[in-house]
Amino acid sequence: MIYAELVMIVLGISLVLYMILGGADFGAGIIEIFTGDKGNSTISKAMAPVWEANHMWLIIAIVILFNGFPKAYVILSTNLHIPVLIFLIAIVLRGAAFTFRHYDAYHDDSQVIYSKIFRYSSLVAVFFLGITISAFFGGTIPSTSSANFTDLYISPWFNLFSLSVGVFLVILAAYIAAIFLLGELETDGGYHLLSKFCKRLFLLSVIFGTAIFISSYLEGLSFHTTFISHRLSILTGVLATILIPIVFKMIRQKRIWNLRIIVGLQITLIMTGWFIIQWPNLVVFSDGSFLSIYDAASPRITMKVLFIALAIGVVIIFPSLYYLFKLFKSDSNLNVN
Amino acid sequence: MEELLAARLQMAISLGWHIIFACIGMAMPFFMAFAEWKWMKTKDQVFLDLAKSWSKGVAIFFAVGAVSGTLLSFELGLLWPKFMEHAGPIFGMPFSMEGTAFFVEAIALGVFLYGWDRIAPIAHWISGLIVGISGVMSGIFVVAANAWMNSPAGFDFVNGEYINIDPIAAMFNEAWFTQALHMTFAAFASTGFAVAGVHAIMLLRGHKIKFHKEALKIALIFSLIAAFAMPITGDLAAKDVAKRQPAKLAAMEAHYHTTKNAPLIIGGIPDDVNQKVDYAIEIPGGLSFLAHGDFNAEVIGLDQFSEEERPPVAVVHFAFQIMVGLGTIMMLISILYFYMMWRKWDLINNKWWLRILAIATPIGFIALEAGWTVTEVGRQPWIIYGVMKTKDALTPMPGIQYSLFTIVTVYLMLTLTVVWLMFRQIKSIHQKYNEE
Ligand code: HDD
Ligand code: HEM
Ligand code: HEM
Repeated sequence: MIYAELVMIVLGISLVLYMILGGADFGAGIIEIFTGDKGNSTISKAMAPVWEANHMWLIIAIVILFNGFPKAYVILSTNLHIPVLIFLIAIVLRGAAFTFRHYDAYHDDSQVIYSKIFRYSSLVAVFFLGITISAFFGGTIPSTSSANFTDLYISPWFNLFSLSVGVFLVILAAYIAAIFLLGELETDGGYHLLSKFCKRLFLLSVIFGTAIFISSYLEGLSFHTTFISHRLSILTGVLATILIPIVFKMIRQKRIWNLRIIVGLQITLIMTGWFIIQWPNLVVFSDGSFLSIYDAASPRITMKVLFIALAIGVVIIFPSLYYLFKLFKSDSNLNVN
Repeated sequence: MEELLAARLQMAISLGWHIIFACIGMAMPFFMAFAEWKWMKTKDQVFLDLAKSWSKGVAIFFAVGAVSGTLLSFELGLLWPKFMEHAGPIFGMPFSMEGTAFFVEAIALGVFLYGWDRIAPIAHWISGLIVGISGVMSGIFVVAANAWMNSPAGFDFVNGEYINIDPIAAMFNEAWFTQALHMTFAAFASTGFAVAGVHAIMLLRGHKIKFHKEALKIALIFSLIAAFAMPITGDLAAKDVAKRQPAKLAAMEAHYHTTKNAPLIIGGIPDDVNQKVDYAIEIPGGLSFLAHGDFNAEVIGLDQFSEEERPPVAVVHFAFQIMVGLGTIMMLISILYFYMMWRKWDLINNKWWLRILAIATPIGFIALEAGWTVTEVGRQPWIIYGVMKTKDALTPMPGIQYSLFTIVTVYLMLTLTVVWLMFRQIKSIHQKYNEE
C-alpha cells in the first residue's frame, strides 16, 4: 500500500502548512484581542493578499481525508460533530468579518463590530481546531457506536486533555502570528512591544505544552507514555526547544526571514513529533484499539488516482504560491529599519 | 422536527446559499477582466473604475463563497456519514482536482486584487482571467461529483459492497457533461441578469453616469448569450434525465401514467391521490417529443414506481415550471434586445427597456435555485440513485435541528450584511462621481 503512505504524507504536509500559514492568520486575530485597533491596519495589510490561499490547505486536507481515508472522515464528522461544527461556524464568521472589514466602502462604526467578530471567532476557531485534533490521538473516542449520547458525542472532546491541546494551539497560533507580524511593522516601538509579546507566548507555550502531558496522565490516557516511548518524537521535541534561544537571538538582530523560517521549522518539528507517535494510526480509540491508515484507506486504485491528482496539483500550486508570496512578501524586511 | 427532515433542510439551505456565491465567483471575474481589457484599449478611466469596483465585489463574494464551501465539505460528513464512507473513494476524484482549481483561484485573486501596480498590465489582466477560468473549472468538478449521485458509475454494487471501483469512470459519468454545461451557462445567465438589473435600477433612479451604462452593457453581453443557451442545454439535460432517471422526469412533468404520445403538461396542480393534474395546459405529444425526439414515443410515468420510490411530485413539478418559465422569459428578453439592436434603438436611454431589466434582476437566481431543486429533490428518495437511500445515509447523531437553526441564523445575518455592503459600494461610487 505504498500509495496510502504517500497520500498520508501529503495530508501531513497540508496540515503542517495549514498550521503555519492558517495559524498565522488565526493568530493575528488573537493578537488583536490584546493590541486592539493599533494592530488592526498592519494585520489587515499583511494578511489580505494571502489569507485566502492560506486557508486552502484545510480544504486540501479534508478532501484527502474523505477521498483517501473515508473511515477516518466519518469518525471525525460523527463523534466530533459538535466541535467541528463550532470550528466551522467560527471560520465562516471570521472569514466574512475579515473581508467585510477590509472591503467595506466606508470605514465607520461598523468596523468595530467586524473587528470584534474577527478577533473572537479567530480564538474560538483555533481552540476548537485543537480540541478536534486532540481527539484523534488522545484515545478518547469509543470504538463502538452503541453507547449513550455523552460517551459518543461529548466526552471524546470535552475533557481536560482536549481542552489543554486547544489552549496550546491558541498560544501556538498567536506565537506564529507574532513572529510573522514582526516583519510587517513600520515602527521600532511596535517591534519592541511585539517581541516582548513573543517571549511571553514562549513561556505560555512551554507551560501549556506540559499541561498536555499532565492532563493526559490525569485523564488516564496513553499520550504521555506513548510520547516518551518514541525516541524520534523526543528528538523532535528537544530540537524544537533548542531552537528557542536562536529565535530570541534572531528577534534581537531583526533578521526577519531567518526568524520566520526557524519558527516554521519549530512548528514542523512539533507536528512531526505528533505524526511519529501516530504512525501508522489515524485514530486511537478509548479501548486502546486503532484505526490505521491501512484500515481506513480507500481501495488501491482510488489512492493511486488521488496521489496522481495531488502530484499534478502540487506542480501547479507550489510555483504559483511562490509567485504570490514573492510578489507580496519579499519586501517585508525593508519595513524594519 | 424529524432528524432526516432537519438534515435535508440544512443541506439544502447550505447548498442553495453557496451556489449563489459560487455562480458569482464563476461569472464576475470575466466581467471584471472584460472591463479591464476595455480600459487597456481605450484608456477610459470609467473602465478602470469599473474593473476595480467589480473586483471588490468579487473579493467579498469570493470570501463568503469560500467559507461557506469549507463548511460544505465538512457538512457532507456531518450530515451524511454513511454516504461519504462509501461514496468518498468513488466520487472523490473531482473534489481533489477541485482543490487545485480553488488554490489557483485564490492565488490569482490575491494577485489581481493587490497587484494593480506591482505587475505589468497584461499580466494583471491574465491573473483576472485565471480567476474566472479556475472558478469555472471548480464549478464543473463539483457538478461532476453531483452528477455521479444522479448517475452512479465506476463501481459494481454487489451484496451491499462497492467493488471494482474506477474513480475516473465515476467522474465521467453519463450525466456530468450535460449538467456541467447547463450549470456553467446558468452561472453567467443568473449573474449577468442580476448585475445588469442592479445597474439598470441605478440608471432609473437618476444616476445617469457612464459608469452604470458601461457596466450594464458588459453584463448584458454575457447574460443574453447565456440566456439563449439555457433552453438548448436544458433540453439536452431533460433528454438525459428521461434516459437515466425516468422517475425524476415523470415528477418534473407530473406525468402519472405511462403512455405513448404523452402530452406536455404546462402549469397545473398535481393531485397525487387521484393521479392527475388539475388546471393544466396540455400540448399533445409534447412530452414524448421533448424527452425522446418522437411524438409517439412511450414515456414512463410515475405508475411504474412504487410509492416509496417516487420523488415528491408537486415540489419537483413546480420547481421545473419555474425554471423553464423564467428561462423562457430570459430568452424573450434576449430576442427583444437583438431585435431592437437591429432596429438601431437607443436602448441604454430607454426607460421601458431599463424597467424590464430592473424587474428581471432576480429571475436568473430564482431559476437557478429552482433548477437545483429539480435535480436534488427529483432524485429522492435516493442519495445515490438506485443504490443508497437518503434516510440510510443520515448521521446517527441526534439533535440536527439545533445545527440547522444555528446555520440558518448565521446565513441570514451574513446575507443581510452582504446586501448592505453592496449598497454601500454603490453609494460610494455615486459619491465619487458627484464630487467630480
Ligand atoms: C439560470 C438558470 C436556469 C435556467 C434559465 C434554466 N435552467 Fe435548467 N437548471 C439550472 C438552471 C437553469 C441549474 C440550476 O443550473 C440546474 C440544476 C442542476 C444542473 O446541472 O443545472 C438545472 C437543471 C435542469 C434539469 C435537470 C438536470 C438533471 O437533473 O440532471 C433540466 C431537465 C433542465 N434544467 C432543463 C431546463 C430547461 C428545459 C430550461 C429552459 C428554459 C432551463 N432548464 C432553464
Ligand atoms: C449548489 C447547488 C445545489 C443545490 C442548491 C442543492 C440543493 C439540494 C437540496 C434542495 C437537497 C435536499 C433534497 C431533499 O432532501 O429533498 C440536497 C441534498 C443533497 N445534495 Fe444537493 N444541491 C446542490 C449541489 C450539490 C452538489 C454539487 C452535491 C455534491 C457533490 C450535492 C450533494 C447533496 C447531498 C449529499 C444531499 C443530501 C442527500 C439527499 O437529499 O439526497 N448537492 N441538495
Ligand atoms: C453545484 C454546486 C457547486 C458549484 C457550482 C460550486 C462552485 C464553486 C466555485 C466557483 C467556488 C469558488 C468560490 C467563489 O469564487 O466564490 C466555490 C467555492 C468552494 N466550494 Fe463550491 N460549488 C458547489 C458546491 C460545493 C459543494 C457541494 C462543496 C463541498 C463539498 C463545495 C466546496 C467548496 C469549497 C471548499 C469552496 C472554497 C474554495 C475557494 O475558496 O475557492 N462546493 N464553489
